[in-house]
Amino acid sequence: MTEPLPTTDLKQLSEDALSALQVLDTSDPGAVEKWRVEFLGRNGRLTTVLRGLGALPAEQRREAGAAANSLKEQLEQRLEEKRTQTLAAQAARAESLDISLPGRRMRRGRLHPSTQIIREICSAFNEMGFQTVEGPEVEWERYNFDLLNIPRDHPARDKWDTIWIEQPESRRPPDGQRILLRTHTSPMQGRVMERQQPPVRVIVPGKCYRFEATDATHEWQFHQVEGLVVDEGVTFADLKGTLYEFARRIFGANRRVRFRCDFFPFVEPGVDMSIDCFGCDGKGCRICKNSGWIEIMGAGMVHPKVLAAVGYDTARYTGFAFGMGPERIAMLRYGIEDIRHFFSNDLRFLSQF
Amino acid sequence: MKVPLSWMKEYVPVELPAEEIARRLTMAGVEVTGIERTHTWNGIIVGHVRSVRPHPNADRLRLVTVDRGSAGEIEVVCGAPNVAEGQRIAFAGVGADVIDGHTGKASKLKAGKIRGVESPGMVLSEKELGMSGDHEGIVVLDPAAPVGRPLSEVLGETVLDLELSPNRPDCLGVLGVAREVGALVGLGATEPALGYRESGPDAHSLARVTIEAADLCPRYTATVIRGVKVGPSPNWLQDRLRALGERPVNNVVDATNYVMFELGQPLHAFDFDLVAGRHVIVRRARSGEKLATLDGVERTLTDEMLVIADPERAIGLAGVMGGANSEITERTVNVLLESANFHAVNNRKTARGLGLASEATVRFEKGLRAGLAEVGLRRCVGMILEVAGGDAARGVIDEWPGRGNEVNEIFLTQQRVQAVLGVEWPAAQVVNTLRSLGFEPVPALAAAGGQGAAMGDRSASWSVRVPYWRPDITIPEDLCEELARVIGYDQIPQTVVSGRVPRWEPQAGLNLREKVRDALVAAGIQEMISYTATSERNEERVRLSEKTPGHVKLANPLSADWAVMRRTLRENALRTFSDNARTWRGPVAMFEIGKVFLDHGEGLPEEREMVVGVLGGLRSETHWAGEQTRLDFFDAKGAVEAVLEALRVEGAFSPGADSTLAAGRVAAVTSPRAGGLRVGIVGEVDPQVMTAFGIDAGPVAMFELDLEALGKAVDASRSSASPYKPFGRFPASPRDLALLLDDGVPAGEVLRMIERNRLVASASVFDVYRGKGVATGRKSLAVRVVYQAADRTLTSEEVDAAEKSILNALSSQLGAELRK
Repeated sequence: MTEPLPTTDLKQLSEDALSALQVLDTSDPGAVEKWRVEFLGRNGRLTTVLRGLGALPAEQRREAGAAANSLKEQLEQRLEEKRTQTLAAQAARAESLDISLPGRRMRRGRLHPSTQIIREICSAFNEMGFQTVEGPEVEWERYNFDLLNIPRDHPARDKWDTIWIEQPESRRPPDGQRILLRTHTSPMQGRVMERQQPPVRVIVPGKCYRFEATDATHEWQFHQVEGLVVDEGVTFADLKGTLYEFARRIFGANRRVRFRCDFFPFVEPGVDMSIDCFGCDGKGCRICKNSGWIEIMGAGMVHPKVLAAVGYDTARYTGFAFGMGPERIAMLRYGIEDIRHFFSNDLRFLSQF
Repeated sequence: MKVPLSWMKEYVPVELPAEEIARRLTMAGVEVTGIERTHTWNGIIVGHVRSVRPHPNADRLRLVTVDRGSAGEIEVVCGAPNVAEGQRIAFAGVGADVIDGHTGKASKLKAGKIRGVESPGMVLSEKELGMSGDHEGIVVLDPAAPVGRPLSEVLGETVLDLELSPNRPDCLGVLGVAREVGALVGLGATEPALGYRESGPDAHSLARVTIEAADLCPRYTATVIRGVKVGPSPNWLQDRLRALGERPVNNVVDATNYVMFELGQPLHAFDFDLVAGRHVIVRRARSGEKLATLDGVERTLTDEMLVIADPERAIGLAGVMGGANSEITERTVNVLLESANFHAVNNRKTARGLGLASEATVRFEKGLRAGLAEVGLRRCVGMILEVAGGDAARGVIDEWPGRGNEVNEIFLTQQRVQAVLGVEWPAAQVVNTLRSLGFEPVPALAAAGGQGAAMGDRSASWSVRVPYWRPDITIPEDLCEELARVIGYDQIPQTVVSGRVPRWEPQAGLNLREKVRDALVAAGIQEMISYTATSERNEERVRLSEKTPGHVKLANPLSADWAVMRRTLRENALRTFSDNARTWRGPVAMFEIGKVFLDHGEGLPEEREMVVGVLGGLRSETHWAGEQTRLDFFDAKGAVEAVLEALRVEGAFSPGADSTLAAGRVAAVTSPRAGGLRVGIVGEVDPQVMTAFGIDAGPVAMFELDLEALGKAVDASRSSASPYKPFGRFPASPRDLALLLDDGVPAGEVLRMIERNRLVASASVFDVYRGKGVATGRKSLAVRVVYQAADRTLTSEEVDAAEKSILNALSSQLGAELRK
């Protein structure tokens, strides 16, 4: 008689078990148990095959035994896989998320762009030892002009078109001092120096006002950030190095900086600082009006008359001052075309920063 | 100031491109804002009219043979009445760009037949060249114009447009700019000749000058030129004036203007025969005195104005404009020429007071050096003799009461240069640079200058003589700038400021403000910044309390909408809310931190920093998972709570009243630790106020905080306790209570009372219910109470006892009963 080879039986068994597994509902414990009993159970088909091995020669028996054990492991593994798949599919049916739907936002407001730039500027200088101080927006002429070597009726004042405060004669102090909306943050130079001796190292942010018709590039209200350093041994080289360091921090480490001569009555020598245009890297574009350079701030060595006016010893002390406009910097950096956006408070503008 | 390059090059033979000249000037502080090329014609050359003959078919046309130089001769048709043989003219060949004489439009010239005769070109009028509207005749060029060369070489001009700072009136003369360029390119500038033939009698024998107002006229120089022939100026002079946008008048007046534009010294020529008594008096005007100025306007003067007068009347407004009564006309034969120095501020006030802007005032108001007056006078005499003839008097009249008042010499040490600039330049470089600008540095012995001696060093020092054209150089620092800008700002090293860092001073207010800003942003509110000025009428809409101090009023407001400084931030907030509600679909939640200005009647106004927030609209832009609710009182209150929490300030909310806010929907915010100090207010905007701002959908919630009061609350909280407490390691027992209360009992009272029990860690309201099952006028409050002790686990008996004691208290004091 010819016994069917156990290996043939095993192959058949494997095919039968796998096809049964395919249609098996693994979420039904009864059905799973039934499948297990039929193929792997104590009286199942695999056991039957193993039992039949006793009739075989030793070598064949060993071989077939190994094959049967490996099949057992394989079938158990496939059952486990099927179970996992089913669970996943079930979970997917029950709890799947459309992760493309918008998230539930933690609402967060934004700082006004001017605030953001002012903070950047101030913190760059704070790190260099400058302390932030502030002063009044409604100011005496003395601080806004007189102490800054901008005498009354001098054409130098033309640069600062001024909004004056109504001041009945009865309210004029004996020296005839007038009250105005400060045209720059520079009045704080006098105020700071009057109340302390050198060393002085301050940064002054704040609102300023000019009598100026508004258009896309002019505003009658704007911010300015002023800086002042006074001590023994402060030089023009320090001015250059400090402002260069500032420019690197604000505009990027690789920016080039240009200093040229300019005039402000309260400094001597006077400086205009530009950076190479970040729109075109100095090649010339719309932002820099093809010059390759963007003017960022005015600066200079504090005029000896300014130091003398607050009683500082001009032979002993020197200093430098500088001032810049955060709105201008924001406009350049973000490509904002109209300065009037800043104080119109349109959420379509403010929400972008 | 406009500077034609051809004119400038008369003094300095610079061959650099205009762009490079402009760049160097700008870097050195003489800012060039534009380069204009007045005429850049394409295809138009200088032609020479060889012959003119009649047109065979037209009486008014002629055939003109034009020599084009190397291009040879050509015959064209010409209709101009003034064309004549031998003229140098502007010739356009076929293809040249011209302006059509009839339509005024730019076009390319085409060959054509005119009345049967071929005309492959054109002799051009000013209009066809685009120079003016003149189409009466052709342009006749200088007889020396080189035939065949592009016309732009003869008529073309490159003009630098300068934006000068007020300290450099010397650059309001072409020579001044030439001196700058000379120093910057290392060429030096040639000064114009000042000598002339003095063929007349002594000036002092012809005229007399008396300065009565020496304070307003530091120097007056004058002389007389007799026998001039007044007429049009030569072309070159007219062209130069036109290039600057000046209208030529006559040769004498043009000469004075020319010298003003060359040297920066304004001059005035009087018809000497109209000066009564041949006596010039410089005096203050009499109050109400009248003078008709050259522009034909009769002006009423004040006694603060300076006039030039003869013994009978005023004949000119000093340094502003001449008088019509002594004007140079075609009948003028003898000229009195004035070149003076006037007080800058007085001159400016006079010109402004009369609304009379003149080129003279543009210069005088900046403060000219007295030394320039005599140079200007001598230069102008020579110019008048050249263009109008005549005999100049011998010598000049020179009244100089202000002599010695100007700074002429500055003591400069090498050490000062180093102290200011931070760079050590060799003495020779310092000397050469100063000389290139016209300064005369003379080595000074240390003993000669007290300052140098005191320093006791061996550094070089100089006494530097300032050239007569520079009024802006008065102190050593001015010389430092001169050195730096000519040698180059880029030649100075860069060193970050070092040395002493000032003592740190606390800035409590500033830090507090920035914390509040951050807290509000984190709470989801957008920061805004508005204009600080408003109008009284606009401000009325928020119905400020009548006790609010007065307005700071602007004397010269830009518009009626910005006539006063704001006394509140509320108005801007509501206006902004209204604007955004129209254009923004999401929630509108915004805040501003800024100053309000309160006038207390003397000195500067109070500037008080306030915080205002305004919230309204749908809580979120339509969200797929969201129920749509509107922002309300509790959002504003939440924002205030967020601020207080960020500042670690305990706040109390109590029913309040405010004229902007709706009655019964307002809470005053106070700080119990600061003795109940009021720090702000929160509420919903009154419907009438909303209407005033055109807001139709409510509620609009608003909060306002006073930063100074908040600061005090922070101080009070800081001194009271550390925020840290050891947290309970023993388990907490939460229990819920459902309480029935009268509707008017505030939930806050209930919570405060519960929290008074020492075993209670916290209490919070999780439901408020009115309606079915609760008697009218009563409400049900569901409160979660958490019991916890720091040192043990509470037993349920302990919690029961605590709860019972709480209920007793609630019942006896607030009339609460446990809901069954």
